[in-house]
Amino acid sequence: MSERDRIVIVGGGIAGQAVAEALRERDPDVAITLVCGEDALPYDRIRLSEILVDGSDAATLALRPEEWFADHDVEVLLGRWVEGGDLDAGTLVLDGAEELTFDKLVLATGSQPLLPPIPGIGLPGVHPFRDPADCEAIRQSATTATHAAVIGGGLLGLEAARGIAAQGCDVTVIHLVDRLMERQLDPVSAAMLEPSLADLNIKVRLESATQAITGGDRARGLQFKDGSSMDADLVVVSIGIRPEKTLANTLGLATNRGIVVADSMRTSHPRVWSVGECAEHAGMVYGLVAPILEQARVAADTLLDRSAAYTGSILSAKLKVAGIDLVTVGEADGETSAVVSDAAARTYRKLSVRDGRAVGAILLGDVRGAEALMAAVRAAEEVTDPLDALAAASAAGPADLPDEAQICNCNGVCKGDLVAAVEVDGCTTPREVMSRTRAGTGCGSCKPAVIDIVAMAAGGLNEEPAYLCACRKQTRDELADQIRSQGLQSVSEVSQCCGTGRDCGACKPALAYLVSEVNDNRHREERHARYINDRVHANIQKDGTFSVVPKMRGGVTTPSELRRIADVAEKYEIPLVKVTGGQRIDLLGVTKEDLPKVWRDLDMPSGFAYAKAVRTVKTCVGEQHCRFGLGDSMGFGVEIEKAWEGLHTPAKVKAGVSGCPRNCAEATIKDIGIVAVEGGWQVRIGGAAGASVREADILDTVETKAEAMRLSTTFLQYYRENADYKERTYDFVPRIGLDEIKRIVTDETIGAALRERFRLAKAATVDPWLERDDPYHPRQFTDLDQQPEDDGPPTPVVVGPPEEARR
Amino acid sequence: MTFACREDDVPPGEGRNITLEGKRVALFRTDTGWYAVDAVCPHKGGPLADGIVCDHAVTCPLHDRSFDLRTGQGPGEDRVSAYPVELRDGAVYVAVGSPAAAPVAA
Ligand code: SRM
Ligand SMILES: Cc1cc2nc3c(=O)[nH]c(=O)nc-3n(C[C@H](O)[C@H](O)[C@H](O)COP(=O)(O)OP(=O)(O)OC[C@H]3O[C@@H](n4cnc5c(N)ncnc54)[C@H](O)[C@@H]3O)c2cc1C
Ligand code: SF4
Ligand code: FES
Repeated sequence: MSERDRIVIVGGGIAGQAVAEALRERDPDVAITLVCGEDALPYDRIRLSEILVDGSDAATLALRPEEWFADHDVEVLLGRWVEGGDLDAGTLVLDGAEELTFDKLVLATGSQPLLPPIPGIGLPGVHPFRDPADCEAIRQSATTATHAAVIGGGLLGLEAARGIAAQGCDVTVIHLVDRLMERQLDPVSAAMLEPSLADLNIKVRLESATQAITGGDRARGLQFKDGSSMDADLVVVSIGIRPEKTLANTLGLATNRGIVVADSMRTSHPRVWSVGECAEHAGMVYGLVAPILEQARVAADTLLDRSAAYTGSILSAKLKVAGIDLVTVGEADGETSAVVSDAAARTYRKLSVRDGRAVGAILLGDVRGAEALMAAVRAAEEVTDPLDALAAASAAGPADLPDEAQICNCNGVCKGDLVAAVEVDGCTTPREVMSRTRAGTGCGSCKPAVIDIVAMAAGGLNEEPAYLCACRKQTRDELADQIRSQGLQSVSEVSQCCGTGRDCGACKPALAYLVSEVNDNRHREERHARYINDRVHANIQKDGTFSVVPKMRGGVTTPSELRRIADVAEKYEIPLVKVTGGQRIDLLGVTKEDLPKVWRDLDMPSGFAYAKAVRTVKTCVGEQHCRFGLGDSMGFGVEIEKAWEGLHTPAKVKAGVSGCPRNCAEATIKDIGIVAVEGGWQVRIGGAAGASVREADILDTVETKAEAMRLSTTFLQYYRENADYKERTYDFVPRIGLDEIKRIVTDETIGAALRERFRLAKAATVDPWLERDDPYHPRQFTDLDQQPEDDGPPTPVVVGPPEEARR
Repeated sequence: MTFACREDDVPPGEGRNITLEGKRVALFRTDTGWYAVDAVCPHKGGPLADGIVCDHAVTCPLHDRSFDLRTGQGPGEDRVSAYPVELRDGAVYVAVGSPAAAPVAA
């Protein structure tokens, strides 16, 4: 053998990468070569499910950046295929010719998706779900398909269905047997899963054997054994994996379902190991990451002549579908079991026991204590009373978990590893701990647990800064300081001084807000830093047209306003007129060039429905009309809207004023809500009923309208100056804490200063719809081949080549 | 090269659409130069000219996909054609016939 042992790993999947990493951790010298059949660095296959939902770039999946391989002296061959070789001589043939020599060889060739040999399986529109190309193809088809079918109701099939449903496409999961995920779930929990899937627009069809995929030129439907059929112009097949053993067979290794390995992870040839979805150990082929990582650690030991043995893995699974919490471990049934279930709440918790020891758990809808139960099953802990054990697990906090409790199943990281990262390696934030241990970097579902444990180990959580500009890692406060100290007036100046807003553009709107807020609205406005909504003061629609919502303070209008709205809708042939949930009227489908004309004819101010700004102040009729009314909610609401309108805010702000605690204006779920009560007004903050639902906290109850106005305005300004961009009050209030907010807004000096800055900012607001007569640029609303409006400013607009123009 | 517009027809840092030789293109005026790419986002048809532009990328206003204005490359397989742009005497010309990694007119 050469002075430096060369280990060649064939296959750059999660398995191949894990072997390379485990080897390098153990031995700084051994030469490592990783041959990747795919033309990309090893990537995190399991996050494809996430990418299918949100469409983010597959390039973000890389397990390690390119530099890692140089830093760790791992040679990588990308897009190279190993076709055969001579094991005794220690040589491999790559792409027909080149020879690569090795002392030891690891086959981590993974698997291929299993495709049933049925007619139509090769038609366009039929896809497996295995790699980024599949993912992209499915996403593409899902945007145009009318109905999709996913064949296979296992973990992966359900995740595929979720991804398709998220594109707004109808989808049905076809499953052969009588319950979903039969390997992980018992019949009751499997049945309970169905309504949650239905909520996500995923239909389920059980006990259906697909006989053929029909359609001549492309998939158009499925034909089932029982004679029935369904339409489907997108078909995803997810019925299992076929271990990739072509190379192993060519090399003459013993194979069965997969490449047969012993406890040492060695194959039938003494120089060859195998790890991952291609390997078969004790009759089992594992299709999950956690066992693969265990195998990789054993293989790394035995490759370096240390003794180690792999004895099989207990499987655990988490469903990566937002909105459904499901964790399973071990067996679905035991000799005895304890079940705590609430059908209405769709929760199901089960612990199965055999011979007095924990053998499996299912947690659906309520996954508290998942780590503790998984640890109990893995350690086959003795359980005398399973019901007690279930209850104890749900009460367990991070401190109660044993060090061996596995927190991140994807990367096999235990609580002890996380604690050591803090106590031994000196990590201080969850982010550092995650990058050191890789916990939370797989499917991400364990992140909350990781954060809890880091907080416990570090004695409190070191807040990770929320960067305003992720590309430059600068926080809102740092940038605000720069703007203040250097007197910066515009986004371009900030870009020049701080570099922000140059690389990705994503932070430009946040900077635009910050510049205006710090300068009390007396900044230099640059429209290129604003979203299109704020360049044309209307909300862009999916077809590129815009919606127009005129101001209708407190939901109060007049016959003449309504008449104008009606006339405008007819004159400009506006496709839809709709009463909004914010008590005003929306004109939808207006073209960009019509916007100034529509505003002119409406002759009403902007309702700011497109902006991060004060939106609406919803009111009820109140004491003047209602028999229960305790205060003039309508009048007060209109007054508040006048006081706050036109102000931009870190995220949209919605307010409401109700005339009594019956609360018809829903003030308790508003960013700022005011409720008339016996003897005064209750002021509430931080409520929401959108993506998050949160009851607003009571800031104070005061006697007069003037006090209520003062208090809520002080809070509004405090929020304007301190919230992160896009941080709604429902996140801001709990982050700062109600007591702290109370202290600040009731402090005479601080409060007075906040109100003074509010006054300055408000004084500089204008109705943006006045740009109808005074556009910031002649082509604010028009494309290059449209003539800008005649009644714009007299700026000369030249069309045509310069020669003609000069004449 | 086909004449598209005068330099001041596009506000700095923004984009505008124009049809040239039957092709709808979005023309951008940025700090680093002028760029032209197909007007329509391959994702769901978003108007790229309405996106936010930084040095040489545009972010689609509908679902935030970002495209390199020099090459037209977007996330994954998504891409648009990029066309060479030239600036002469305050006039902007685009070569719509030859989609390519566009040289930049500064
Ligand atoms: C028009 C309206 C629906 C309607 O037909 O009634 C509406 C329409 C939109 N809402 Fe809404 N929301 C409307 C009332 C609401 C309400 C109810 C309310 O305000 O009383 C809520 C829940 C209350 C809340 O926000 O706490 C609401 C919660 C949302 C959310 C979730 C925000 C959150 O953080 O939870 C979004 C998404 C976002 O802002 O990111 C959203 C976003 C949107 C956007 C702007 C989506 C977008 O970015 O394009 C929709 C614009 C449609 C369009 O074509 O222009 N809309 N939206 C309502 C306009 C009210 C108005 O007069 O201004
Ligand atoms: C969408 C999706 C979601 C998933 N979610 C989860 C999850 O939540 N949790 C979980 O635990 N698991 C999950 N899995 C399963 C997990 O991703 C796999 O178990 C794991 O990635 C397998 O890794 P591997 O390295 O063994 O195989 P692979 O990833 O298949 O890697 C094998 C590599 O070897 C290459 N190769 C093969 N033959 C050759 C050759 N002759 N020469 C050169 N190269 C070769 C192949 O091109 C391939 O790149 C998911 C899988 C998918 C598809
Ligand atoms: S909130 Fe109470 S008082 Fe006001 S309108 Fe509704 S019911 Fe009447
Ligand atoms: S249409 Fe452009 S990102 Fe969706």
